[in-house]
Amino acid sequence: MASTAAVVHEPALEHAHADDRPFIRKYIFSTDHKIIGIQFLLMSLFFLLIGGMLAMVIRWQLGFPGRAMPGGGVLPETMAPGGIVLPEFYNSLVTMHGTFMVFFAIMPLLVGVFGNYLIPLKIGAPDMAFPRINMASFWIAVPAGLIMLAGFFVEGGHAAAGWTGYAPLSANPELTGVSLGQQLWCVSLIILGLSSIMGSFNYITTIINMRAPGMIWFRLPLSIWALFITAILVLLAMPILSGALIMLLFDQTLGTHFFLPAQGGQPLLWQHLFWFFGHPEVYILILPAMGMVSDIIANGSRKPIFGYTSMVLAIIAIGALGWGVWGHHMFMSGMNPTLGTGFMISTLLISVPSAIKTFNWMGTMWGGNIRFHVPMLHAVAFVSMFVIGGLSGVFMATTPVDIYIHDTYFIVAHLHYVLFGGSLFAIFAAVTFWYPKMFGRLMNPLWGKVHFWLTFIFFNAVFFPMHGLGAQGHMRRIYDPTEYEFLAPLQGVNRMITISAFLLFTAQIIFLVNFIAGWFKGAKAGPNPWQDNGLEWATPSPPPHGNFPVTPHVYRGPYEFSSPLAVDDDYLPQSRKLETDREPAVLPAGD
Amino acid sequence: MRVAFGIVLALTAFGCGGDNGGASDQPAAGQEGGGAIAPAGGGTITGTVSFTGTPPANPTIDMSEEPACAQKHAGGARDPQVVVNDGKLANVFVFVKSGLPAGQTYPVPSSAAMLDQDGCLYEPRNFGVMVGQQLEIKNSDPVLHNIKAVPTKNRGFNISQPTEGMTTRRTFNTEEIGVPLECNVHGWMKASVTVLNHPFFASTGNDGTFTIRGLPAGTYEIEARHEKLGTRTQSVTVPQDGTATADITFGAAAS
Amino acid sequence: MSWLLPPHASSYAADIDWLYYLILIITGIAFLVVQIGLVWFIIKYRARPNGKALYTHGFAKAEWIWTSVTAVVVVVIGLLSAGVWDRIKGRDSIPPGAIPIGIHGKQFEWHISYPGADGQLGTGDDLSIRNQLHLPLNKPVVATLTSEDAIHSFFIPAFRIKQDAVPGMTIRVWFQPTDTGTFELACAELCGLGHYRMRAVVTVHAEAEYQRWLDERGRAAAASPTALLQR
Repeated sequence: MASTAAVVHEPALEHAHADDRPFIRKYIFSTDHKIIGIQFLLMSLFFLLIGGMLAMVIRWQLGFPGRAMPGGGVLPETMAPGGIVLPEFYNSLVTMHGTFMVFFAIMPLLVGVFGNYLIPLKIGAPDMAFPRINMASFWIAVPAGLIMLAGFFVEGGHAAAGWTGYAPLSANPELTGVSLGQQLWCVSLIILGLSSIMGSFNYITTIINMRAPGMIWFRLPLSIWALFITAILVLLAMPILSGALIMLLFDQTLGTHFFLPAQGGQPLLWQHLFWFFGHPEVYILILPAMGMVSDIIANGSRKPIFGYTSMVLAIIAIGALGWGVWGHHMFMSGMNPTLGTGFMISTLLISVPSAIKTFNWMGTMWGGNIRFHVPMLHAVAFVSMFVIGGLSGVFMATTPVDIYIHDTYFIVAHLHYVLFGGSLFAIFAAVTFWYPKMFGRLMNPLWGKVHFWLTFIFFNAVFFPMHGLGAQGHMRRIYDPTEYEFLAPLQGVNRMITISAFLLFTAQIIFLVNFIAGWFKGAKAGPNPWQDNGLEWATPSPPPHGNFPVTPHVYRGPYEFSSPLAVDDDYLPQSRKLETDREPAVLPAGD
Repeated sequence: MRVAFGIVLALTAFGCGGDNGGASDQPAAGQEGGGAIAPAGGGTITGTVSFTGTPPANPTIDMSEEPACAQKHAGGARDPQVVVNDGKLANVFVFVKSGLPAGQTYPVPSSAAMLDQDGCLYEPRNFGVMVGQQLEIKNSDPVLHNIKAVPTKNRGFNISQPTEGMTTRRTFNTEEIGVPLECNVHGWMKASVTVLNHPFFASTGNDGTFTIRGLPAGTYEIEARHEKLGTRTQSVTVPQDGTATADITFGAAAS
Repeated sequence: MSWLLPPHASSYAADIDWLYYLILIITGIAFLVVQIGLVWFIIKYRARPNGKALYTHGFAKAEWIWTSVTAVVVVVIGLLSAGVWDRIKGRDSIPPGAIPIGIHGKQFEWHISYPGADGQLGTGDDLSIRNQLHLPLNKPVVATLTSEDAIHSFFIPAFRIKQDAVPGMTIRVWFQPTDTGTFELACAELCGLGHYRMRAVVTVHAEAEYQRWLDERGRAAAASPTALLQR
């Protein structure tokens, strides 16, 4: 089965790269992109768990408002006296659930983990262009996370102005009773932004300069294309958030008034700055997911990706159009209504590249010979769920309909279909797909399937009914819906959602256990358990320090499954040289 | 003694951070006769606060959106800003403003001062606590109240009590006259708390009387504060272990 | 609980509902096409022993079809929506002669002002009431939204109207009730710990009854000072 020329030389070259770094340089302050990727993975899974736990408290309050939460008595009196969640704590929960999930779970899982792990391996590079900066980007993210966690333990509680931090609620401590918590929130995100920026220019430089010979742009896997465009978005968007956060921090601490109207500041300025960052951020959170799902769907279907070029163009189009739609978060904000029409049109147009991608995924499956390994299940679920999230976006993009459903559970449903149904299913697909490469062992496929089905069923049980709540006008971020007569009849639905959410959370324990158990007890994976074409599968699992025993040469694109040229197998790795292949020119900037 | 007091102060200041348990639940015996436990013995200032003229009508409050509170006010709710019975004025906060021996410190009472929210009104409306003394805030209504303190010298807070019977404790760290307390769910709900370094203060009840106990002999300036009618100051000389009388008068025209 | 919208009670609500249902049908079709397609492919193209996948890199024609169909559909939705949006929120959309009402958001109350005899707000004879919005039937009303502190959002689900009230800004929004009865006004933008209780009751009266109510409240206010709306 040894399918690449490189593998033949493997034992000798493992010696050449023999790694005699001390433990701390190898696993803690490592400059190896693979270790850094795994470090990001452990960190962001931890924050994913924290974010999930916060969601459970939120759901308890919504399902059983004003009732003491089982086990809630351990929380301090400032959060939940006698287990009853306080409204101000509820607002902190809502804020921090969003903040942790967006900035400390989904974003690092996609960009930090897979950007780091996959880029050098998939383009045939020994490491990142700037390994020390890469290490710094992780070790800057850690204190950012600790600072964010610390906010729960300070006087006045944690930030409570929503993950979007709308001013003046976030800028004036008098309005919330939160001062230090909100400041820590700002400081943490400013530091995290620095980490993201350091990561992103590293990715960009690496992809441009360090591709293996023959890895021309249009032979790049779609995951790498997506991560490349994402890195550009991060590099351009994060500084805007950082700037806005610094202004907000100054408003809180130094007596400036960028966003405080009483002194002539402008609350809408915050919204413009936040969403000018925030909408590209939305694509930062979905593009890498789309890219990795493309790789996995082609692998599972044993077919070349359908319409590779249009997939690449769609990624670029989404990345570009993403800069011109931020105003659709602000239709109800008091912004000039004529601008609303412009933003509606640009937003609706962004559904075109999204549709292209969806149909191309389906086209890839069409006529395939589909293997339903666990990553493939999650990847197909991604397509199915992302479509729901995309289609519900059309309602909100349409300004008149948005008048009614803006800030209701309709958008809560929408964003969770995109970020959970979309990004998180893609993350499950990607983690299970590349786990054997990372750890040399496979996660248990049976428990993987159990986890998938439970997650898929309860995810839909939680979030699909939320569309209906939104259609009834159920506002988001309210502590007790039963205060409203028109919402009281919906309490049964809220309770059903809450119970489903508990089951959804419980199902994630299976993943956690499978993840940890696989590390020690999983079946040995071998270099290429999924019979894939990418360069990362042409090196041992886990790859040695320096990744490739010999710099691979690339002869074709990454999706040559079922090629008639592959005689024995239904796949044709990128680095396997056939007799008809010409040796690629060595790139001048290459390794 | 000083060291012990310092520790108590430090502990209560720390307690402000959140965990306020441990202090006695025993409510203070009203604000009359000193909200705090005054030193035993010593002199007393007692007096009556009167109101001359026709008291202004108290504003009505439309509580129809809050039936649980409205039903506690038979005949319609009013905001009791100026409460006069037989010419005696209630809700006046009287305290020793100056004349106490310099550098003297007083123990912080172990019992908490109480603030109740009942029928969507504060009770008491105008009261005092000592620096470091627990203030226990209670919600007697089955509706959400939030309590927002907007001090200038102390650290403010903004907390909520969504359910009936909920209690929360807070302390203040520095002397401050008239810290406004407000509920933002019910915009009419306002109270004022004065934070003092000493226990020599009292609020008038419905009979307009107040008593401040435990004062050493000396001449003091006392101040009376009313939420609508402004302040009055007066000089009082307290004999050794004796009683001085200080009657105070507010008028309709005053402010 | 369903995808159907609750009953509506304002003049333009039907336009919004119509667009909602149009989009529901269009997206519903797209939803079915994709989901049924996925299930069909999953079953039909599942791996078989010695099965062989079709080796193709795609067809440009198919790409063109789904790209252009999607583009046309969304542009049509956009054009249909633009007109409705302009009628509801456009700069010149407020009907002449609309009754002015002042809506002032303040943590966590709605202070609602009604014009006095002169029919103008801000002339000193306004009547201000907390958390009670009374409206005449079938008359256009223009609400002037302001905020004291945080951003609030004026939301009457039955009227299909929502508009943020932003401190430092004065935003006008109009609507016209078409049913008598009581409705709820909610705050739809997180504004602090009491956000979930920032609720007011909307009462729509027949016109004569509205006038009667207004006169009555005006007289009552003149007779007794009210504590509620000291700013």
